Amino acid sequence: MTKPSDFPPPFSVSEAIAPPTDPEDERIEVGVAIVGAGPAGLACAIRLGQLLEDAPAVAERLGEVPVAVIEKGKQPGSHLLSGAVVNPRALQRLFAGRKRLDEMPFYGPVDQESVYFLTSNRAVRIPTPPTMKNHGNRVASLAELGRWLAEQADEAGAMILPETAATKLLVDHGRVRGIRTGDKGRGRDNEELPNFEPGSDVGARITVLAEGTQGHLTGAAIERFGLEGENPQVWALGVKEVWRVARPLRRVIHTLGWPLRAGAKYREFGGSFIYPMGDDLVTLGMVVGLDYRDVEVSVHDLLQELKTHRLVRRLLEGGERIAWGAKTIPEGGFLSLPKRLHAPGLLLAGDGPGFVNVPALKGIHYAIETGALAAEAAFAALQRGEAVGRRGALACYDEAVRQSFVWRDLQEVRNMRQAFGRGFWLGGALAGAMTASRGKFPPGDAGTEPDAEQELLRTDRARSYPAADGKLTFDKLSSVFLSGNKTRDDAPNHIRVQTEVPPELAELWARMCPAQVYEPKEGGVEVTASNCVQCGAITAKGGRLTPPEGGSGPEYTVT
Amino acid sequence: MSTLVFLEHHEGELQKDSLGVLGKAAQLDGDVSALIAGSRVEGLAAQAGKYGATKVYVADDPALEAPLPQPRVDVAADLVRRHGFDTVLFGATVLTADVAAGLAARLDAGLNWDLVDLAEHNGKLVGKRPALDDTVYVDVGWKNEPRLALIRTGTFEPVESGGEAEVEQVAVELEDFSTQAKMIEQAHEESEGPSIEDADVIVAGGRGLGGPENFALVEELAKALGGAVAATRAVVDAGWYPYSTQVGQTGKTVAPRLYIAVGISGAVQHKVGMQGSNVIVAINKDPNAPIFEYADLGVVGDLHEIVPKLTELVRQRKAA
Amino acid sequence: MKIAVCAKVVPEQARRIDPQTKRLDRSGEQALNPFDANAVEEALRLKGDGADAEVVLVSLGPERSLDALRKALAMGADRVVLVSDEAAEGSDLVASSYALARALEREQADLVLFGQQANDSDGAVMWAAVADRLRRPLISQVAELTVSDGTLRGKRQTEFGYDVIEAPLPAVVAVSDAINEPRYPSLKGIMGAKKKPQETVSLGDLGVEADHAGEAGSRTEVYAIGDPPPRGETQRIDDNGSGAEKIVEFMLQRKAL
Repeated sequence: MTKPSDFPPPFSVSEAIAPPTDPEDERIEVGVAIVGAGPAGLACAIRLGQLLEDAPAVAERLGEVPVAVIEKGKQPGSHLLSGAVVNPRALQRLFAGRKRLDEMPFYGPVDQESVYFLTSNRAVRIPTPPTMKNHGNRVASLAELGRWLAEQADEAGAMILPETAATKLLVDHGRVRGIRTGDKGRGRDNEELPNFEPGSDVGARITVLAEGTQGHLTGAAIERFGLEGENPQVWALGVKEVWRVARPLRRVIHTLGWPLRAGAKYREFGGSFIYPMGDDLVTLGMVVGLDYRDVEVSVHDLLQELKTHRLVRRLLEGGERIAWGAKTIPEGGFLSLPKRLHAPGLLLAGDGPGFVNVPALKGIHYAIETGALAAEAAFAALQRGEAVGRRGALACYDEAVRQSFVWRDLQEVRNMRQAFGRGFWLGGALAGAMTASRGKFPPGDAGTEPDAEQELLRTDRARSYPAADGKLTFDKLSSVFLSGNKTRDDAPNHIRVQTEVPPELAELWARMCPAQVYEPKEGGVEVTASNCVQCGAITAKGGRLTPPEGGSGPEYTVT
Repeated sequence: MSTLVFLEHHEGELQKDSLGVLGKAAQLDGDVSALIAGSRVEGLAAQAGKYGATKVYVADDPALEAPLPQPRVDVAADLVRRHGFDTVLFGATVLTADVAAGLAARLDAGLNWDLVDLAEHNGKLVGKRPALDDTVYVDVGWKNEPRLALIRTGTFEPVESGGEAEVEQVAVELEDFSTQAKMIEQAHEESEGPSIEDADVIVAGGRGLGGPENFALVEELAKALGGAVAATRAVVDAGWYPYSTQVGQTGKTVAPRLYIAVGISGAVQHKVGMQGSNVIVAINKDPNAPIFEYADLGVVGDLHEIVPKLTELVRQRKAA
Repeated sequence: MKIAVCAKVVPEQARRIDPQTKRLDRSGEQALNPFDANAVEEALRLKGDGADAEVVLVSLGPERSLDALRKALAMGADRVVLVSDEAAEGSDLVASSYALARALEREQADLVLFGQQANDSDGAVMWAAVADRLRRPLISQVAELTVSDGTLRGKRQTEFGYDVIEAPLPAVVAVSDAINEPRYPSLKGIMGAKKKPQETVSLGDLGVEADHAGEAGSRTEVYAIGDPPPRGETQRIDDNGSGAEKIVEFMLQRKAL
């Protein structure tokens, strides 16, 4: 049977790497360029601001714009989406002595939690696995947290540049010199429209890539500098909604089992989350590993199906859907981390390199911590006054990460996800063993196959997806509308896929994509790029997402 | 109440819309006067009486020949001050919007616009206006007099009451700055038919047409109805029709009197561009198409059969 | 030449009316009214490379509007003057046009530009009110604009086609969105915007008396907000050969034909 990897995308990493080309006098220079205004990038900007405040000599050396954060979304938060239950420790360290926990935009601590194993008509309560215990953690909307962090970064002196895509990593003589921003005002065939504005080279002494999942430049940098980790990276796709509800939910819920299938051959690893956001709102989402094999799997539709379960339907009764979105999550864990997190003039932080604890469903506090550590390493190198582009100048970052709780946590759970590749039951048993032994048993490191190398199979899974009723269940197009996506239709296609593909691959993509970008047609697949909410699933399954024009895509507010 | 209705005219005829507003004014309490401003327009005064005015003020002057707003503000302001009208109504057009707003500034008088209804409640005049893409309706009013209002195009139909009005010529005195803008070349009726933003009737085509050549069906029907042709994002993307005709979230927003959707599924991205239309008729062979949720009339069938027949029937009616 | 662009800052998305105040909910992200971007673009085109030309943005709104107005500075405008005053809250056309006219008198611009309409109130009326207060000639709905030797020539879009109208400077012009495609600010422009002069003035600074400001200076009010009349049930028919006739019947019934 076909594998998505049989049809690799027409993309080469060299497209994302280039030397600076703007003439000297037109080049824009900043001190530290941070790509991505997510938790990692903003934590980096905030920490840098704190350090520079007490070191005016260093700040001066960084020029007029010591810290710039480059964000492709309309504003910070527009492209941020997560569950989320956040471990506050990294934020507490970042804002120690400056902000209290109750000043941060959280929806309240996790008091009660339940984990259920679902069948189509039952919900069996199971004890919360130790890795999933959330006591002391806080519920948050990542988009809201991002907006708040951006305000803090702005106050700390960072210049935030939204609606700006970083499309190339500037590399010269083996070191990273900054990034190049994307063009604006190109048409469907890449022609220059009347208001065409070319991108610019942004030179920086140190570049921090905090692009999040499927980071465009992160992937290019890993390849270019030979930073690949032991295992290839793998991803899950999460599709979520936010609802205004009639009755408050008073606990955090996770589910396993239905509507996913336990058999090993399906490779359907994942589950759902249902979190209260204050008294009026509830967020719920379905997360499924992209190593699934059935072409008829559609995570969006699985979420719709989940809502028809008695347990969930009851929670949403009398309520109204107010938001929707989708995003991938790196799931390779410890063994998929790049073998080095730095290169000359470059640092990698957050979901981009893959700092996610899959069994605990946590990544935000690791993003914040690694962002802050990157800031500290950058500052130390700049303060020493040495050439930061020298090999090893930024090695202190790797050192710091290895000494941190981030490393410890991820190492402990390093084989958990891989265990579940063997199916739910065996996986569960292995996971239990790993937890009990704190990662020492079973010994060794499990391998992973890239998602795109999973052979496809076909069942009639789609038959049980509910039809959209517009009240409880919804179709993809109206969901894309709810995400705030208003991308102009004549923008160039930013999705790289082969279009002459066999029908099973076309169907895989059509169902996989939560935004209905792909549609099977005679001889292959049709791509409606303007629907794209930039979740990144296509990159995992045989294609490649590249950053579209800055400012386009979803405009998430409460996801 | 003492109401003055501004009557617009074009190429020797009073605008239907203005006459509709006149008819509505006649339904409200008090007396109704009309104002006609232009050059060599006395002949139009008689018509105003037939449609509800008891008195018509005619401001006839070469300086008013061109349909420019500022001289009309001078005339209207003068009239309101002299005769104490408490209410001045306009049927909205490019010209009257400028006149009404200029008059509001001149008289420091409240102006409510885009009204789709007017009524008296407990001695107050209350207007109804749609807002936020026609998703809410707002009741608006005036704190004092005179009260100025712009009525949304096409809201009221003219009613021939067959009365006769007293005609009075008014002296025209214009401010210096009002006559500084000069008409060099005046527009005349477009031979191609209205643009979709101005059209009263729109026939829109979607993917259900099957191919670009089938837009001919849509064009024929639009021509028969005297309307404009619009397209959905999907067909514009596919290159079947130009982007300037695209209706929807990333295209234009329209609110014609009649919107006929041919072969359009009606996803929300399209809906938000045309949901304000007065009457929506949808023709689609898919009975589950979302458009059937909000169309006024939904016809499930083959557009290749229905549309040509419809065009023919419309032509017959219009010829009769 | 000095060009003043009257701009409004409006809510970015998800517009809703606050049921308490019955006014548009202006919380959340704000942005430059998209139609005003056309006016800014036209001003920048007229300025060209002219070192002796100046483009100044004049706006009425709360202090935080400055963030959104910076977009115009990033595009290339030179200065922003924001009339920001609590007393101006709840201003309708009469009160707003009064305040704006005072601010514009202070600037003494040769040309005052407006965009096609305000995204939030869907009003296309501000320029006519302001032109009357300034006692200047007005050309509106302009789809093409040229200036030469102190005279403006505008192509005005009407229901009947295009008029060509001329007026001497100083004048007021409202541009339609067909006039141009606003430029994307360059990265340099965005980064330099914060450094350009941004002045905030109060109503008092402009000499606007209390009875001309805000709700006191307004002449219209909002009584209630409700749902639009329901569209009614969709009438569904399956075509059995007489579909076209039924459509005609329906259209006649609804006076759509």
